[in-house]
Amino acid sequence: MTYEAGSYDVIVVGAGHAGVEAGLASARLGAKTLMITINLDMVAFMPCNPSVGGPAKGIVVREIDALGGEMGKNIDKTHIQMRMLNTGKGPAVRALRAQADKFTYQHEMKKALENEPNLTLIQGMVERLMVENGECKGVMTQTGAVYSSKTVVITTGTFLRGEIILGELKYSSGPNNQQPSIKLSEHLQELGFELVRFKTGTPPRVNSHSIDYSKTEIQPGDDVPRAFSYETTKYITDQLPCWLTYTNEETHTLIDNNLHRSPMYSGMIKGTGPRYCPSIEDKVVRFNDKPRHQIFLEPEGRNTQEVYVQGLSTSLPEDVQQKILRTIPGLENVQMMRAGYAIEYDAIVPTQLWPTLETKNVKNLYTAGQINGTSGYEEAAGQGLMAGMNAGLKSIGKEEVILSRSDAYIGVLIDDLITKGTNEPYRLLTSRAEYRLLLRHDNADLRLTELGYKVGLIREERYEKFLVKKQAIEEEKNRLQGIIIKPASEVQALIKSQGGSELKDGIRASDLLKRPEMTYEHIQKLIPAEGTLDPDVTEQVEIQIKYEGYIEKSLQQVERLKKMENKKIPENIDYDAINGLASEAKQKLKEVRPLSIAQASRISGVNPADISILLVYLEQGRIAKISAE
Amino acid sequence: MEFDTIAAISTPMGEGAIAIVRLSGDQAFEIADRLFRGAGGKRLKDAASHTIHYGHIIDPKTGLIAEEVMVSAMKGPKTFTKEDVIEINCHGGLISVNRVLQLLLNNGARLAEPGEFTKRAFLNGRIDLSQAEAVMDLIRAKTDRAMNVALGQMEGRLSKLIQKLRQEILEILAHVEVNIDYPEYDDVEEMTHHILMEKSFYVKKEIEKLLRTSQQGKILREGLSTVIVGRPNVGKSSLLNSLVHENKAIVTDIPGTTRDVIEEYVNVRGVPLRLLDTAGIRETEDIVERIGVEKSRQVLKEADLILLVLNYSDELTAEDENIFKAVEGMDVIVIVNKMDLDQKIDMERVKELSKKHKLVTTSLLEDKGVDDLEEAIASLFFEGTIEAGDMTYVSNTRHIALLNQALNTIDEAMQGVEMGTPIDIVQIDLTRTWELLGEIIGDSVHESLIDQLFSQFCLGK
Repeated sequence: MTYEAGSYDVIVVGAGHAGVEAGLASARLGAKTLMITINLDMVAFMPCNPSVGGPAKGIVVREIDALGGEMGKNIDKTHIQMRMLNTGKGPAVRALRAQADKFTYQHEMKKALENEPNLTLIQGMVERLMVENGECKGVMTQTGAVYSSKTVVITTGTFLRGEIILGELKYSSGPNNQQPSIKLSEHLQELGFELVRFKTGTPPRVNSHSIDYSKTEIQPGDDVPRAFSYETTKYITDQLPCWLTYTNEETHTLIDNNLHRSPMYSGMIKGTGPRYCPSIEDKVVRFNDKPRHQIFLEPEGRNTQEVYVQGLSTSLPEDVQQKILRTIPGLENVQMMRAGYAIEYDAIVPTQLWPTLETKNVKNLYTAGQINGTSGYEEAAGQGLMAGMNAGLKSIGKEEVILSRSDAYIGVLIDDLITKGTNEPYRLLTSRAEYRLLLRHDNADLRLTELGYKVGLIREERYEKFLVKKQAIEEEKNRLQGIIIKPASEVQALIKSQGGSELKDGIRASDLLKRPEMTYEHIQKLIPAEGTLDPDVTEQVEIQIKYEGYIEKSLQQVERLKKMENKKIPENIDYDAINGLASEAKQKLKEVRPLSIAQASRISGVNPADISILLVYLEQGRIAKISAE
Repeated sequence: MEFDTIAAISTPMGEGAIAIVRLSGDQAFEIADRLFRGAGGKRLKDAASHTIHYGHIIDPKTGLIAEEVMVSAMKGPKTFTKEDVIEINCHGGLISVNRVLQLLLNNGARLAEPGEFTKRAFLNGRIDLSQAEAVMDLIRAKTDRAMNVALGQMEGRLSKLIQKLRQEILEILAHVEVNIDYPEYDDVEEMTHHILMEKSFYVKKEIEKLLRTSQQGKILREGLSTVIVGRPNVGKSSLLNSLVHENKAIVTDIPGTTRDVIEEYVNVRGVPLRLLDTAGIRETEDIVERIGVEKSRQVLKEADLILLVLNYSDELTAEDENIFKAVEGMDVIVIVNKMDLDQKIDMERVKELSKKHKLVTTSLLEDKGVDDLEEAIASLFFEGTIEAGDMTYVSNTRHIALLNQALNTIDEAMQGVEMGTPIDIVQIDLTRTWELLGEIIGDSVHESLIDQLFSQFCLGK
């Protein structure tokens, strides 16, 4: 039996980190949105590490915030500690990371969904998509409820045909023993999607009361209040520390002796796991010369004794896990509350997506998060935001949005996925971004607020504040560029005290700031600004002036990229008709169907000569069209 | 104008001829003015369009005169590419024209890709629509040819050195990356300015070494790659010797000429020939048996010119016929040697097999017929029949240009270190160095850094 259950602009399937951003974005920009999740108690659940942010990922959280997303605001409300990483390095690679109270994180996020006016949140298991003539028109649940919509976003995480593997035990399951989604996976295959099998894993959780912290090193949060969101004004000051300990020879011998019981090595696990997240057994085997590995003990929240044992991801049998834990200093008497496990799941090959995250196969259908082959909450949330934004925009007849590699890490992430595909769960790294000096955590608002405002995800009030900040930055930069600092004695003294060489002549304040030993604060002392400037403003002034040369170089590269991006390739191009193309290039181009010459040039197997030929072919088409008119 | 400025030698190779370097793009005048000192002191950008100017090319680094030249200044759109075009006429042949090209490449121009001038002419609307197909064919053909040559060089010593150096840079990059992406990972010391300076200095020295090697190889590479094939005892060695003796082997003033790579370089009536090393040819005495073997095929495939030697005093064998098959479609001169002995060869059959080729008869022992052979070589060349020969040469020019750029970027990295610029920013220049070296050997896959990161360090949660 089926029944008509309602009609929406957008339906989001799943309410994990991708789903919640998708649902909120779509609802906030004015599309009537329905979210369906298998279990309402699991909204924005963190099945693995209780943390948000870190290098590259922390920048994504800022970008999500600048585009009106929720992740940054939510973690600002619910963290137990926050740290700025890489403070000793350049501004491009600094990043915030927070340890979350995973329970309040979930509850606060659920609240945000429930209070969103345009959004309906319900529990249900989606089993089929309503597809007519290659267009998605809605979904059907296990109970026969048919919801119709203009667009659909699928964010199923590791639920798709999920299987948990723990030692010799293997069973059908979503993360954390949730009900898996089996029929939807089969249905996607029926619709013609190519699926791959990926694997990921999680470490055991232990009871805090049973840890002897005196044998570990404390890892506190920063003293300075921090926040991800540009809107956050209230800061959490009472933080909880994490703790550091190490594995040792004994741990490694124990693992070695039990490798025959490891599903990783017995051949039971077939899915491809991520290299950047190896299990402890993997680390011991691959780096057997290392005498010890770091283990971080991370509280899972303020109202729980569960502690996440970072560094000990494993699928070894439960009894072995227990023994391994007890070889580690501080954990000699530890009580394991949950065992670690590996999980295998289906993902779709992401080259089957357009850069908008709409599928090429089925119109009006979007996918985001782990189903697209990524891993990580932030990667999921970034995609969720974009998929939800585009599904929403399309449902109300507006133009969709594609972020470029030079706009945001989210742009890098999506472009990598849809252009190159991935043969392991994909994680963002700073080295994946060609223009990382431009894609900083500190300027995410400068890069993206304008866009967020344009699509309706940034409210008027915030936008105005943003404009004020932007103007203040420009004015202060202009001021420093306009003032000549004379080699007066107090100037020389200050320079000398910083270990710099004295001025021979007057120098522009901005040029003096470029010296490595000088900071904005120094300059400010010499030539005070009128009134007090916001630290966010002065930080921008300092970075933009100090690294001007390098920033300029990156911008020139972006300029070239933009030219290539502006050379669009029509969707209906027939690559077989282009004689000069090498056959490998033809095949890859047909598979990826790039939208621009820039994207085409990033496909592996498409070489510069193919690009030249493609350009000539496109130009020929353009001329032919003009002459026909 | 949306393209960058490109440069290339646009005349065919040949000793003694006037050679022209062409520069096209919106910076053509600016770049030329950096190097050109006109007799009247006038800047090219101020000159009337479509005028020609006498003067000198100066190396801006040393301030010394590099060449005496005539420069044509042509502003777009009334030019071949419709862009601003500068043509520098050099007299003095390859070495001088190449020096000018290198200076242009070091001062902001990029070496043109195969067929790129024509491509631009088309994209800028200069060439008729009906010719688009031909333009695409041209790009394809030229590129494939260049690829063959590049592949051949890939296996060479230079490419091994580059690969080794790239791996070393990659390890530095991975070290910097692991500090950034895994700031808490304590198994590796933090990369410091001091270590980075040391490593960059090493990289710089290695690039300089590579550059010297390339420049030595350059002159030798600037010849038509010429392979002598034939059965044993037909007189291949004698042919090589007489070509070398008749024509003084070119002596370079660069020490350490790489004789292990190329045995002889001769100039036959103004045509530079690179005779593939005799050791190699001797080794392939059994070339007929091994004709199917990849290596022999490779040698032949890359050759610009084949000298196929037959024995007048012996019957034509199946082996001979196989050689003819193997060189089908190539530029071949068939040499029937040992005319001083009694004829056993079926000349009618030889003529039939040589239908598409030039045929000469010689007695190398009596020093007869060598003139005819040289004449045949020269006419093939100057008739323009052999045209693709400059690919090896272009490919080498490309190497040098890229090595020079790599040297600049590593210098910039070192300046960055000296200035105390954060390491992750200095990394931008170091990465660029790595990419430029990769372009030489046709490998710029970004993913390899991530591979390196996870194989070098034990990372994870």
